[in-house]
Amino acid sequence: MRLELEKRAERSSLMALLSPVIALALTLVTGGILFAALGQNPVIALYTFFIEPLTASWSLQELVVKATPLILIGVGLAVCYLSNNWNIGAEGQFTFGAIVGCVLPIMFPGFESALTLPLMLVMGVAGGMAWAAIPAFLKVRFGTNEILTSLMLVYIAQLLLDWLVRGPWRDPDGFNFPESRVFSEAATLPALADGRMHLGAIFAIIAVLIMAVVLLKSLKGFEIRVLGQAPRAGRFAGFSQNRMVWFAFLLAGGLAGLAGISEVSGSVNQLTPIVSPGYGFTAIIVAFLGRLNPIGIFFSGFLLALSYLGGEAAQVGLGISDKTTRVFQGMLLFYVLACDTLILYRVRFGRPSATGRGN
Amino acid sequence: MKKVLGLAAVALLGLGLVGAQAADKLKIGFIYVGPIGDHGWSYQHNQGRIAIEEEFGDQVETVYIENVSEGPDAERAIERLARDGAGLIFTTSFGFMNPTVKVAKKFPDVKFEHATGYKRADNLSTYSARFYEGRYIIGQIAAKMSKSGTAGYIASFPIPEVVRGINSFMLGAQSVNPDFKVKVVWVNTWYDPGKEADAAKALLDQGADVIAQHTDSPAPLQVAEERGAIGFGQASDMINFAPKAQLTAIVDDWSVYYKGRVKAVLDGTWKSEDVWGGLAAEMVLMAPYTNLPEDVAKAAAETQEKIRSGEFHPFTGPIFKQDGSQAVGEGEILDDGTLLGMNWYIKGIDDKLPQ
Repeated sequence: MRLELEKRAERSSLMALLSPVIALALTLVTGGILFAALGQNPVIALYTFFIEPLTASWSLQELVVKATPLILIGVGLAVCYLSNNWNIGAEGQFTFGAIVGCVLPIMFPGFESALTLPLMLVMGVAGGMAWAAIPAFLKVRFGTNEILTSLMLVYIAQLLLDWLVRGPWRDPDGFNFPESRVFSEAATLPALADGRMHLGAIFAIIAVLIMAVVLLKSLKGFEIRVLGQAPRAGRFAGFSQNRMVWFAFLLAGGLAGLAGISEVSGSVNQLTPIVSPGYGFTAIIVAFLGRLNPIGIFFSGFLLALSYLGGEAAQVGLGISDKTTRVFQGMLLFYVLACDTLILYRVRFGRPSATGRGN
Repeated sequence: MKKVLGLAAVALLGLGLVGAQAADKLKIGFIYVGPIGDHGWSYQHNQGRIAIEEEFGDQVETVYIENVSEGPDAERAIERLARDGAGLIFTTSFGFMNPTVKVAKKFPDVKFEHATGYKRADNLSTYSARFYEGRYIIGQIAAKMSKSGTAGYIASFPIPEVVRGINSFMLGAQSVNPDFKVKVVWVNTWYDPGKEADAAKALLDQGADVIAQHTDSPAPLQVAEERGAIGFGQASDMINFAPKAQLTAIVDDWSVYYKGRVKAVLDGTWKSEDVWGGLAAEMVLMAPYTNLPEDVAKAAAETQEKIRSGEFHPFTGPIFKQDGSQAVGEGEILDDGTLLGMNWYIKGIDDKLPQ
């Protein structure tokens, strides 16, 4: 007796559409049970977790701040994954973009003009692209596995940042503590409202809209998907595999770099040893949760951001551990993947069939 | 559906109001950089929080957020506590400095206390402890107990606090054995039991027979225990993790300070201050001297008393820097400003400070 997954002959498009909703409902039910087991009123706990952060202007803005980098990186990664380029290193591209973008406000703090911010943003994008170009080059030239190279470059970027803020870029008035100087007004992304929401949110929306049109409506989008799903067919159609590697990595790197410099300039206002609480990795989850669709990524970015904010609200409001947040996120992902799998496949109990069809 | 949600919202709003009415007691918020179960830095701050609850009972309510990353998330976490009605907020790690400054500006009526930083405002105090006083004592013990004359030192980040600790440890050791050696490993983390244990093993393999650490997990001590070496607890008394290996521990005790600050807020006498207290202020305590010959334990207790009473300062000259230049002359004491920004080793430390 064994378990087997068998591909369904036809899949229900209604179920496919409902899948994330079912997953969310299952998460809420399990979450409720979990909270009840912790001795909390499940309704109040779930309210604190998922609704309370949406009830005040400041926390809504914080939600946008948290979702912005996730969405920016996520839409770039979607192009990578759709075209079969496994860029795991967005965290590094984010970090390197932040580093390059901060050259101006840290090394030339006196340079304060209307050009400061645009130049910082351009340099941030260029930094992210440059960092992503390394695995792209290695893949195109030597056939190196991009999963490994892009991932390892994350650590290099993080250590480079660490070295910079402890060494040459240390705040000269900072008692040797590992932080850069705080940026001037001219190097700070303007806020959009009274809270911390900054211009980066607009970049994220623009990125989602453009990528939605490109992926869903343009020839380029077709090319991306064909090369991802059937590289041979793509070649017959005259699409270049190598050009696609470059395109996907540079696009994802550029967006991650933009996210990096936006976060540092708009939210943190200085370089610190850590500029990202794992945005580049969380964005991988966001991309898949959004089914590699820019509009879907927009929503999944907010959902994940909400789970972080909700986790903090629950810690303060209910006094439950931050581990609960992690369990919650894990549950959500588990249910989404499980629902997706069960819509595409059916579970069969029994012996493998005589023909040995394993999958 | 909408109606149901609306009803639920109203019901919950009601709950919120009930909560608000009970809020004439002082709400005190804490932001921790690590998990409260780390048995080190954050654990000790949380012990301080518990001490507040025990002391003031119904007059206060405490809340905390743990595992807050020192980065983009910090400002939001601090602001949440302020929005949630906290009247006094402790942010307990250096990396929370600028976020605390920003939130303090937004909430002038809330009082903030930032640990280990240097930026203050009318509603923002800073506080830290002179852990180097304890490090001088364990340096002396290490030099007396080591057979190889070499200590291994597991260091986190090359910030002044840690460099000052290594120097103080070495000054204590040199006061016993001028040729004492210390090997330093930088692990670039405050809390990573695996990495810390690896560092301890490497140091023991290289001939060190006593381990000192400026990281928060008990892992190095546990390695020492397994290998028959000796060491010192960090931040909390770790004797349960290493009953044979721990000689003493430098304990961060924030409870006296925390209780004092809460009382000041309740009395209306709270003022923005910069507090840097050590053994005398009871912010630094030494765990019982164990696994030591009587004379060593006695000498350690004597040194502790001399430092506590102010009779002796660990950074009393003459002190020479690693490059040979003199930092402070005979009989003089290094000033607090220099101590706070310390980024050089004293002579005799066989390591290059990461720059």
